[in-house]
Amino acid sequence: MQIEKNHDGPIEQSLEIALGAIEGLLHDHYPLSRRAVGLLLLQEDHEIQEMVQESQPAIMSHIEKIISGVKAHYAYPIEYEIALRRRDEVERIINRVVKVKQKEQRIAEKISALMMNPIAGFPLLFLILYFGLYKFVGVFGAGTVVGYLEERIYNAYLNPVLVKTFSYLIPWRILQDLVVGEYGLLTLGLRYSVALILPIVTFFFLFFSVIEDTGYLPRLAMLIDRTFKRIGLSGRAVIPMVLGFGCATMATLVTRTLPTKRERLIATMLLALAVPCSAQLGVILALLGGHPMAMVLWAGIIMMVFLFVGFLTAKLLPGERPSFYIEIPPLRLPHLGNILTKTYTRVKWYFWEILPLFLLASVLIWLGKLTRLFDLLIFLFTKPVTMVGLPKEAAKVFLFGFFRRDYGAAGLYDLHKAGLLTGDQLLVACVALTLFLPCVAQFLMNLKERGWKTGLSVSLFTLVVAFAVAFVVNLVLYNFGISL
Amino acid sequence: MMERKERIEELLESLWIITVEGQKDKSDFSLLKDDDAVKDLISMGYVLVKENQLGLTEAGKMEAQKCIRRHRLAERLMTDVFVEKSKLIHETSCKFEHLIHKDLEKSICTLLGHPKTCPHGKPIPPGSCCRGASKETLKKIIMPLAELEIKKRGKVAYLQTGNRDVLQKMIAMGVLPKTEILLLQKFPSYVIQLGNSQFALDQEMAAQIYVRQV
Repeated sequence: MQIEKNHDGPIEQSLEIALGAIEGLLHDHYPLSRRAVGLLLLQEDHEIQEMVQESQPAIMSHIEKIISGVKAHYAYPIEYEIALRRRDEVERIINRVVKVKQKEQRIAEKISALMMNPIAGFPLLFLILYFGLYKFVGVFGAGTVVGYLEERIYNAYLNPVLVKTFSYLIPWRILQDLVVGEYGLLTLGLRYSVALILPIVTFFFLFFSVIEDTGYLPRLAMLIDRTFKRIGLSGRAVIPMVLGFGCATMATLVTRTLPTKRERLIATMLLALAVPCSAQLGVILALLGGHPMAMVLWAGIIMMVFLFVGFLTAKLLPGERPSFYIEIPPLRLPHLGNILTKTYTRVKWYFWEILPLFLLASVLIWLGKLTRLFDLLIFLFTKPVTMVGLPKEAAKVFLFGFFRRDYGAAGLYDLHKAGLLTGDQLLVACVALTLFLPCVAQFLMNLKERGWKTGLSVSLFTLVVAFAVAFVVNLVLYNFGISL
Repeated sequence: MMERKERIEELLESLWIITVEGQKDKSDFSLLKDDDAVKDLISMGYVLVKENQLGLTEAGKMEAQKCIRRHRLAERLMTDVFVEKSKLIHETSCKFEHLIHKDLEKSICTLLGHPKTCPHGKPIPPGSCCRGASKETLKKIIMPLAELEIKKRGKVAYLQTGNRDVLQKMIAMGVLPKTEILLLQKFPSYVIQLGNSQFALDQEMAAQIYVRQV
């Protein structure tokens, strides 16, 4: 980059003089030109500082002296002074070679304005969530497609064949259980991941890629920033949060993009607690499908917990309020190729990430049952489960829920199909399960991203809150004699 | 006589910068021993001499604060309204500040949207007008982006922020002095258009951008 060489006066010159002095000290073996390295040093770029420190440690103190000298001339940081000069230079060039024509407002800009308008924007958001998330992912993906795959293909054709074949191949009962038993690798692990989770996640990522490709997400971020500020986050956190509706594990990884430790912690906690992942969402929507009142209550309760816990943490955690800005790209029609590529890479990544975990979960359940360790854990869970008014069979669902959140939800689904739950119990169970401990993958991700101390505390916290909220919900339903 | 008054005010300003902003008790006095202006200041009760050092009295501080305020307001006026070349700002302001009387000072401060710092980033002591800033009749020339009307254009006059992170975000967006901004929306976030790009920003950031309406 070339900065304009004519100087206005002694102060304006000092930047160029300092840069010249720094350039004179640097050797030629950097991947960038000496001028570029010098400019980045003036702007106190940490990566470049480390690079020079490593390559030419002897000159660093010299450079620091030059920089502190030039800093004394300016009230604003040097990067600001450089930005001003760079902008002037850009403007000078542009004015010579570019002519700007006034263009008329396109339809896209009108839709964009509607999306960002608070009065039209929130109903629009609701419509997008209703049709995209509920109708498309929930009803069609998790309902119709999963129903067809699971009932018509897996349960009707594949499972009987698998059970027969492996029972014949493996004579030992214990190993039969591992492979094709009630929680077997093929009958449960593979079935859940291929016939249940895969289609739901695929539909979610399709939905996500569409709203991502249109440029809707930054508009959503801008709409939600004020609300998110109350819970210690900024509008930018909307991306991991929406992603959390697909896979909270992946979303926890994406919290890295948030600028402060405080925001990352709050986001991790809310993802663990109150953002149901698509697999869970699919099953929960299917469960509550027949009880519209219960579904509204469930959504309301989860939203309240989300806002309340977020609000409290933001109050309790010290730290600066995040500041927010985001570029709003022009709206455009989604590009089919982009959407398919994005969905394909995400589903592929996801599938290979979770398949081993599902299989591992099957093995662990098998081991747990074999050693009777699970019986003990289920026994321990029975107390809190019955305390919130659920049948004690639900204890198993919660335990399995830890191995994968959606496992638990799917277990609940089986319980419901067996006709073991009333409407009230269904609501309480869904609330507890949504808030309950993250799945084993998200748990490990929490430890990895936030450190074991914080990760563990977050997980314990969700456990306590899940049962506490479920307890209160049950109490309210019971005392007011509400039956859903 | 006029020059004498200017000299007194300049001295008060220097003492303010050294003692109040520099947080030192006193200033070396040896060079100014026989200066008439110093003698005047002492007789007016604004300055105390102790062990060859000068210090401001309480009354002196009050007076010095007013001088500093006028000086820095004058600098802002030169930069923001008359768009004076940077090296001339100081000289012109130095002459101009002494002509500002009390009512004029209020008007200038209001026109400029009650700025908090001078173009060099030093604080401008607030005056009585800055406190009741919300209900005024005089039309402002420079104002925070938050006070610009929707669908109106403004040119960035200066950025009012001591926070380096925020400043870096402004640089990333290209919100720099002289950039023209079209304000599209204020709620729930601010939406601005610069060139062909649109950005959303929160209220806090919008309050730190001062614009001149165009």
